[in-house]
Order: sequence, then structure tokens, then C-alpha cells
Amino acid sequence: MTQLLLKDYTATSCVGHGRLATLDALRAKRGGLAPCAFERAQIDTWTGEVSDVDDERLTQTLGRFDCRNNRLAQLALRQDGFTDSVAQSVGRWGRRRIGVFLGTSTSGILQTELAYRRRDPATDALPADFDYGGTQNSFSVADFVRQALGLDGPAVVICSACSSSAKVFGSARRMMDADLIDAAVVGGVDSLCLTTLYGFHALQLTSNGPCKPFDSGRDGISISEAAAFALLERVPNSLDSDAVMLLGVGESSDAYHMSSPHPEGLGARAAMLAALDFAGLEPGDIDYINLHGTGTLSNDSSESRAVASVFGSSVGGSSTKGATGHALGAAGALEAVICSLALQHEFAPAGINTRSLDPALGIQYLVENRPGRISRVLSNSFGFGGTNCSLLLGRAG
Amino acid sequence: MVKLAAHIEGIGLLGPGLDGWTGSVALLECRSPYIRQPTVVPIPDGLPPAERRRIGLVVKLALGVGLQAISKAGVEPDALPAVFASSGGDGENCHEICQALSHDERMISPTRFHNSVHNAAAGYWSIATRSKAASNALCAFDWSFAAGLLEAVTQVAVDQTRVLLVAYDSPYPQPLYAKRPIPGPFGVAFVLAPVSAAPPAQAGAGGSVGSHDGASPAPHAGVGSIARLTVQLGDSPADRMSNTDLESLRASIPAARSLPLLHLLAVRKNGVVNIEYLDGRSLAVEVETCA
Repeated sequence: MTQLLLKDYTATSCVGHGRLATLDALRAKRGGLAPCAFERAQIDTWTGEVSDVDDERLTQTLGRFDCRNNRLAQLALRQDGFTDSVAQSVGRWGRRRIGVFLGTSTSGILQTELAYRRRDPATDALPADFDYGGTQNSFSVADFVRQALGLDGPAVVICSACSSSAKVFGSARRMMDADLIDAAVVGGVDSLCLTTLYGFHALQLTSNGPCKPFDSGRDGISISEAAAFALLERVPNSLDSDAVMLLGVGESSDAYHMSSPHPEGLGARAAMLAALDFAGLEPGDIDYINLHGTGTLSNDSSESRAVASVFGSSVGGSSTKGATGHALGAAGALEAVICSLALQHEFAPAGINTRSLDPALGIQYLVENRPGRISRVLSNSFGFGGTNCSLLLGRAG
Repeated sequence: MVKLAAHIEGIGLLGPGLDGWTGSVALLECRSPYIRQPTVVPIPDGLPPAERRRIGLVVKLALGVGLQAISKAGVEPDALPAVFASSGGDGENCHEICQALSHDERMISPTRFHNSVHNAAAGYWSIATRSKAASNALCAFDWSFAAGLLEAVTQVAVDQTRVLLVAYDSPYPQPLYAKRPIPGPFGVAFVLAPVSAAPPAQAGAGGSVGSHDGASPAPHAGVGSIARLTVQLGDSPADRMSNTDLESLRASIPAARSLPLLHLLAVRKNGVVNIEYLDGRSLAVEVETCA
């Protein structure tokens, strides 16, 4: 495939707003999870809430998009001069030649949950100020972002649960290869809501404390929220050596179960092999794996088998969800940003909260940051419905 | 520049008064009158009994049109990449969850929750057909059909692979219906194949190994091409249906934005249809009929 340049990128999660805060948290092995205090949720679990989302105000012309998910999107777009980078691309390529490909799992469903509590007692009608298309509909976040950035190219939301914002890189790559666009804003935005908190709780998949990926005592996920974006362009003739590039995308389906991964990790294995194949690389070329590593018994067990079957125990990996929680539809883009920071700042980030590594999971799991240049990294994202995506990112030099 | 072209090898169709592609051709040609009737959605084959009990109308609809399309095309689904496009997914399920969460107990069932993901149909499709190929689950509000078609044809042209496109929508119950009035279930599916496909081989021999390898050889053609499509982005106003009942379906159900294209395919004429895409933009679809 054509390699693509991550010309700019940014992330906002419970560990901080923007790249620098994210990098500081990773280096300090500092997490952002706290006991759940979201909305009216009465669940004994920890969540990763992003600070200051409630204070974010959308510009008046985009007022119909006002909901937690789009406020979080705007908060993230304001970091790191990302909006300026997009404006430069608009100046160069034109607004019609820049696509928007975003992932989310629940979009602005919180707005609907709140609206259901404000139904008219007599007629059962939802309140007049509830705007379905601007908030609940899955496309809302892409529509908001394209209008906020003044873009008029192809736009779509990929809504495949926890693989959503990894798979957007694949769609953007194809449209770039088809010459429909010259640049793409890709990313993911997912925000806390009662549907996911109570839904994962019903499945008995929420941890009682901060999640502990790959720990022998792991007991589930910590649900979080995040927004992460990257600006993709074709690779120019000359590049800084620390430029980050998308080298491969691998996608597969489990064909197994709606809410459990294949126990042998066959789908995960197929996605990783496809990403390697795409990039023309061998397992030995990979220096670090950002694992999906949700902290559930089944995911970490299944993913370990898949990773061990491709890489043995020779490649160090970690799940950064101990720090960031599981941002669901935003996880793929958030972890692509974490991988980009690791490539540019020359370290492999540790997984935190993991005290007693599960000996049954035969992979090389990093519990300490490992300094040193890494050139190529793989990032895994898997979701409900057995949807799998692996991204392969690398440094230019 | 890659020409965004694809052969249509199979079509699936279910909607109000529309029962399968073959059974709908005459009324899409406007040779027989359109009589609006409730959409009849079959129970899909292939799912294990436990999964079959868990699926709602919208998944049956998506699987139903997908299975029609692959059957018509004579291709096996097990290695067929798929694009699922829907504006709202399972509206009934969404209502039940929001209703439950508005009460003090806030209990929702595990099945309700995993059925709430927008890619539920893609997941059940993969289980029912044992397809391990990549699938995408897209949404672009009212423009979800055009967005799905653009994604699917791009995959076909860039990755030189056969792709199944399934676009589907179903109604929300009240009170959401008042905010998003989709009047009935509507699903449409196309099996799309690269235009550089090899000459027809025996049915079922097709299917690529996945969308990941742009260098893989083009799949064998299925039982034959119905028409060849070429798509490009445009600014023309969307074409409408001359029949007022069908126009009402087109305008009110995102997946039914496909009706002008289905009309042109039914009358077997070459031409261009403009399908609504984003605000004021369109997808111009050129149709060349085959055989």
C-alpha cells in the first residue's frame, strides 16, 4: 500500500489534554482513572473522565451539535495547533480534497439518555431542544468536525465498536490511493454515557478498580473517554527522521461470537499478519506492540495467544489502557497517537497497574518504560462483533 | 487516478412493497403499480439457534438482503469483504435501552447491549456466513447509502477485490420516531466486483483473500455482471422517483436513496443517476448495462 505521513496528531484523554500532557503521563507512568462519579451511574467501577469537557462551549453556528461527544471533539481539536495544521492543508489542497474519517461507538447517545428523562409526562414526547441528527446519530461527530474545520471532502463515521478509530486509517488510505483526496483528518471520539457503563456492567466486564491488563488478577475494563486525531497526507520527497508514517493496516473478522473474542485469537492473528503483509515486513521488524489489552480475562488471554503465535515472546508489548482506560471507539486513534509519541520520543511505554503478570500469557509484557529508539510499532484494536484491526506505524529514519 | 468502477453481480432488496430484486423489477420499471405493503423480512439462514433468537428485525433485514445478493451473484461469502451502511442501526433496541436507563433501576440485558453496536449486523453476518474477511460498518446520516457505495466501490477499485455492500435502515418507535421519522424497514445489497475481473468462472469460485493485499489477483467473476458502475463526486441535485409513493420512500429512508439507481438498473438503460451525498453534494453514478 501507499505509505502515508502523519503530518500532525493530537490526543485528549483522562491522562491529559494534548500531546505534551499525554507524553508526560506515559513517561511518569501516571494514569487518569478514578472511581466512577459519572452522571447518575451507581456502579462499583473506575472510569477515565476527561476534565473540563462540561465547560467547553461550541460556537453558536454549530450549536445544534452540542453534546458531550462533540464538546470533547472540540476540546481535542483545540490542542497542539491541530486546527492550524488542518487549515494549512486546506490552503494547500483545498477544502474539497480533504476527507474526514472518524470512529465512535456511542456518539452523542448520552444526549438521548438525558432527553428520555425529560419526556413530556402527558405525551411522552422528547423535549423540543433534542436534536437527533446533531447529537445521537453516529455521523454527528464527523459532521461537526468537518464543519468546525471547514472541510468539504468525503466524510464518514466508522462505527464498529472498539475497532472504529483504527479502521478509519484504512478507509482514508483507500480514498487517498483512489486520488479522491489529498489529505484526511482521521480519528476517534467517544464519551462516557450510561449505555456503555451499564451495558459492560451487565456483561460483567467492568473492573471494580483501575483495570489491570495482563495481570493474573485482572477483572475487567475501566471505561473511559477520549478524542484523538491525525492529519494524514502522502509522503513527501524529504522527511525529518522522526516523522511518523502509517505503514500498514490489517483487518479481519472473527466469525465467532458477538461479545467474546475467538479464544485462540485467530481473528486478531489474521489482522496482525495482514498489517505486516501490507507493509511488507516480518514479525522481527516490529519493536513494540501496543496491545488491545482491555483487562478482561478473555481479551488478554485470546490476544496473548494471537501475539505469541506471530511474534513469540521476542517483541515487547504493553496495554496503555491501565493509564487511559478503554476509550472504546476512540481507543484505536488514541493508541495510534501514543505509538506516534513512542516513536518520536524513543521509548516503549509501560503498561501500568499490572502487579502480577499472568504467567499463562506467554508474551513479553513491559511493566517499565523501555528507553531507546523504536522504528516500527503495531497497534491492536478489536471490538464487539468480532471486528479486528491492526495498524502498523513507523519512523521515517 | 484510479477509476472508481465496479461490476454489479448481484442485488438484494427488501422494503415496503418490495420483496426481492427479481420480484421488484416490474414495479421499479413502473410497468406494474406500486402497492405499499409492510416489509416482509425473512429469518436468515446460517445463524446458530442461540444467535437466531437474539437478533432483531434490523439484523434480519441486513442479512436478508445480503444473502439475496450473494445468491444472485453466485459467490461464496466466506472470504468476501463487506461494507454495512446504516443511518441508525437497531432503533427498537436503542429505544428499549434509553427507556430502561431513564428508570431508577437502569438494568439492561447483555444481549440488548451487544445488539446496540452499530456493527451488530456486520458481526452476525460474519457469524452466519463464517466470513473472516474485513467488514466495515458506516454511518453518514441521510447520506449513508452514498457513503457506503463510495466506500465499497473504492475498496473494489483500489484493492481489486470483490465487495458486498449492504445498506439498511429501520424505524425508531416513538418517541424517537417523531425526531427521526423513518417510515419502514428498507434494505438493499450489491455484490460488486473489479472491472478487471477475469472471464467468468464457475459460480462460487470467487472471493478474494481479504482487502489487505492490493497486489492480490482480481477475483474470478461470478455468474455474470448485471451492470457496470462508475462513481464520482459531483454537485448535481439528487434524482427523484417519478412515482410519488416510491419518491416518498426515497426521501424518507436513507437506504432508499438507492431507488433511482435501482430504477435505472431495472429498466436496463445506460445513464447517470445522482445520489444525495452530504450537504448539497452528490455521488454521480454512471450505469452501463451488461448483456
